[in-house]
Amino acid sequence: MDEFTLRIFRFDPEDGQEPRFDAYRVPYRDGMTVLEALFEVLDHQDGSIAFRFSCRGAVCGACAMFINGSHRLACQTQVKSLGPEVTVSPLPHLPVIRDLIVDMEPFWRKYEEIKPYLIANSEPPEKERPQDPEDRKKIDEMINCILCGACYSSCPMVWTGEDYLGPAALLKAYRFVADSRDDASEERLAVVSTEKGVWRCHTVFNCAEVCPRSINITWSLQQLKKLAVRKALF
Amino acid sequence: MKHHQVIIVGGGLAGLRAALEAVDELDVAVLSQVHPVRSHSIAAQGGINAALANVSDEDSWERHAFDTIKGSDYLADQPAAEILAREAIDRVYESEHWGCPYSRLENGKIAQRPFGGGGFPRTCYASDRTGHALLHTMYERSVLKKVKVYEERMVIELVVEDGTCHGVVALNLVTGELEAYLADAVIFTTGGAGRIYSKSTNAIINTGSGMAVAYRAGVPLKDMEFIQFHPTSLYGTNILMTEGARGEGGYLINSEGERFMEKYAPSAMELAPRDIVARAIQTEIKEGRGFEGEYVHLDLRHLGAEKIMERLPGIREIALDFAGIDPITAPIPIQPAQHYTMGGIDCDVDGVTVVKGFFTAGECACVSAHGANRLGGNSILETIVYGKRAGEAALKYVKGRESGPSRRAVEEALERCTELVEGLRTADGSEDPAAIREEMTKVMFDKVGIFRDAENLKAAIETLVELKERYRNLRLSYRGKRYNLDLARAWELGGMLEVAEVIARGALLREESRGSHARTDFTERDDENWLKHTLAYRTDDGPRFDFKEVIITKYQPQARRY
Ligand SMILES: Cc1cc2nc3c(=O)[nH]c(=O)nc-3n(C[C@H](O)[C@H](O)[C@H](O)COP(=O)(O)OP(=O)(O)OC[C@H]3O[C@@H](n4cnc5c(N)ncnc54)[C@H](O)[C@@H]3O)c2cc1C
Repeated sequence: MDEFTLRIFRFDPEDGQEPRFDAYRVPYRDGMTVLEALFEVLDHQDGSIAFRFSCRGAVCGACAMFINGSHRLACQTQVKSLGPEVTVSPLPHLPVIRDLIVDMEPFWRKYEEIKPYLIANSEPPEKERPQDPEDRKKIDEMINCILCGACYSSCPMVWTGEDYLGPAALLKAYRFVADSRDDASEERLAVVSTEKGVWRCHTVFNCAEVCPRSINITWSLQQLKKLAVRKALF
Repeated sequence: MKHHQVIIVGGGLAGLRAALEAVDELDVAVLSQVHPVRSHSIAAQGGINAALANVSDEDSWERHAFDTIKGSDYLADQPAAEILAREAIDRVYESEHWGCPYSRLENGKIAQRPFGGGGFPRTCYASDRTGHALLHTMYERSVLKKVKVYEERMVIELVVEDGTCHGVVALNLVTGELEAYLADAVIFTTGGAGRIYSKSTNAIINTGSGMAVAYRAGVPLKDMEFIQFHPTSLYGTNILMTEGARGEGGYLINSEGERFMEKYAPSAMELAPRDIVARAIQTEIKEGRGFEGEYVHLDLRHLGAEKIMERLPGIREIALDFAGIDPITAPIPIQPAQHYTMGGIDCDVDGVTVVKGFFTAGECACVSAHGANRLGGNSILETIVYGKRAGEAALKYVKGRESGPSRRAVEEALERCTELVEGLRTADGSEDPAAIREEMTKVMFDKVGIFRDAENLKAAIETLVELKERYRNLRLSYRGKRYNLDLARAWELGGMLEVAEVIARGALLREESRGSHARTDFTERDDENWLKHTLAYRTDDGPRFDFKEVIITKYQPQARRY
């Protein structure tokens, strides 16, 4: 492949024009990622395209977008894996600011609702709070989340329920509930075992499927449900 | 016009830690080009140094300080290195108390691993995603403490009048409007300048713009010629393969199948400091013992699948995603790349600069604790130790300030900036900014890189001067306001060219080899003439240099052998 077509979603809600796709012919380099292709267009063909980026190493979560029908990180996606035509659009179901940039405000607002910080009742000791390596392992998967918003955007329950907290925030809630050092499970379960919380999750598994860090988010949400039921019963 | 008592520019580890120090008592706001968790700190992998002595009880903060000073090739200010090592312990425990999910030893204590240039397993880690764990923790804490954050604001001017700082002017990337912020104190925590080089492990946003803004406001940049090249970046994308991979026992192998570090650092081997390993790899490649003339191998296979999956899962993922290689079954192709900016905005151990009310911390600052070469694991440490200290200093300064900042000074700055940015946005000359950027980054890597000499440095300076000239005649391709990346990147480029020139001229000036600065025409360290910091002051014709003594207290310079 010497060249491929990159189709980019174009939209500015403030200029009165309809959304459209612009197509560009991009020279291919071995190992080229979608993010690199976007820069190729920005630098050499069209300075008007807008997208987010930062680390280019799949850890900052800035460049989540919708690529050939899937939620992915642009920096983590090899052009080669997509074939001769690549189509990029912004994360679905979030308000578009311009082109590939979405407004993440609802995502962050919900993240804040679950009290995303360690709450310990006891005064911290002089040194570290000890944690058994086995206990530490219990949060290993959840702390791998990069808050990119792919899961949030892929969840049909988010699309239809404006105040549903969504998978990322709930995963964060479970990250703390499962942390042996945290004492605020009750408080958090009270927030998440509501209509806007875990009970809205219908285990569609989209979140787990699209997660660029391969986190089984649905599993964590199931754990929260179990704990919530137990708490309600006893 | 918005007014906050303390404005912190940068939402990485240094910025958030500084904010947390002042937020209980003052009105604090963070301005950042990206959402805080998108900051480059997120990418730190291997860990953070602190002599907790969890693995080896012989370790102590004094030894940590000594290793840091030796690693710095004696250019570190010794009190700065001592503060770094001593306060490391409290800062790491504090981050644990705030929730940082460090990996653990069997006895439940924070796990520690060996890192290059350290005498003991001293590097605390959260598998190979330490920055991710730590930055999320710091952000979580800032949510708890309700730190106000203005996202996607690019600060383009520091407002200084009569030697005092009054605020900043920022470009709101979303709206394209310029915004003025009045502040009683400003702290810059804007990170490194890696993207001035064509091959860099740094985030794309690491353009050194904060350094450029401070430099233009009259604050000197210190020791900028010291640029760290990391020995092991993934061939192709230059994504970092952490030193932790060698800490866990990885080998470096050339195309003749040799563990070549034998020749360069027979006792420390792969765990010699970064400058030494990077030069060794570059030499192997140059002398024809690389693969395809470009890279050598980082071999982890003998560690076994279990250890790789448990200790280095991130490395494995990156190798799989970006090179299609599984380190369990194949060696990883690696090459050196720019990694860290030792130099930066000149400040003291409290982040204090020559401008009253203007403080700095983190990678954009030069305290200097790292001198001519930073040890792995000391940088995210620096962000939280010195971030806290800068926050504290700003707090004290604001409480003692007699009069408020000058609204008029900030308004005038806003006017100046508006003219400047409008001029750039509508620039219709003939030069393509992307072409200038490509030439600059290439000349910096090729001629102001791992090995340097007068001839190449002079050629690089000539190119940079010419590029600066061409920069005055730019043509931008997009004139819109909202999220105009063309404009933002062109503006950054102007600063990058100035910072690049400081690096290249400083490198030419310093006729010795020390730490990361390796001159093939002056191969020895020269303590008699060069045991001093360089300070670069901006003038319209490029930097003017001055010098500053290195503070030496306990440890007299010795030859540095590993
Ligand atoms: C891949 C990689 C791995 C690393 N691993 C380690 C490690 O294991 N251990 C270690 O000690 N060190 C490591 N380092 C180094 C370390 O990560 C950095 O030095 C450190 O994180 C810098 O933190 P900071 O807070 O100073 O800056 P950053 O985290 O870079 O944050 C800078 C902030 O400033 C903002 N900003 C910049 N310019 C402007 C502007 N003009 N206007 C507004 N905002 C602006 C950005 O948006 C960002 O929020 C690593 C570095 C790399 C490249």
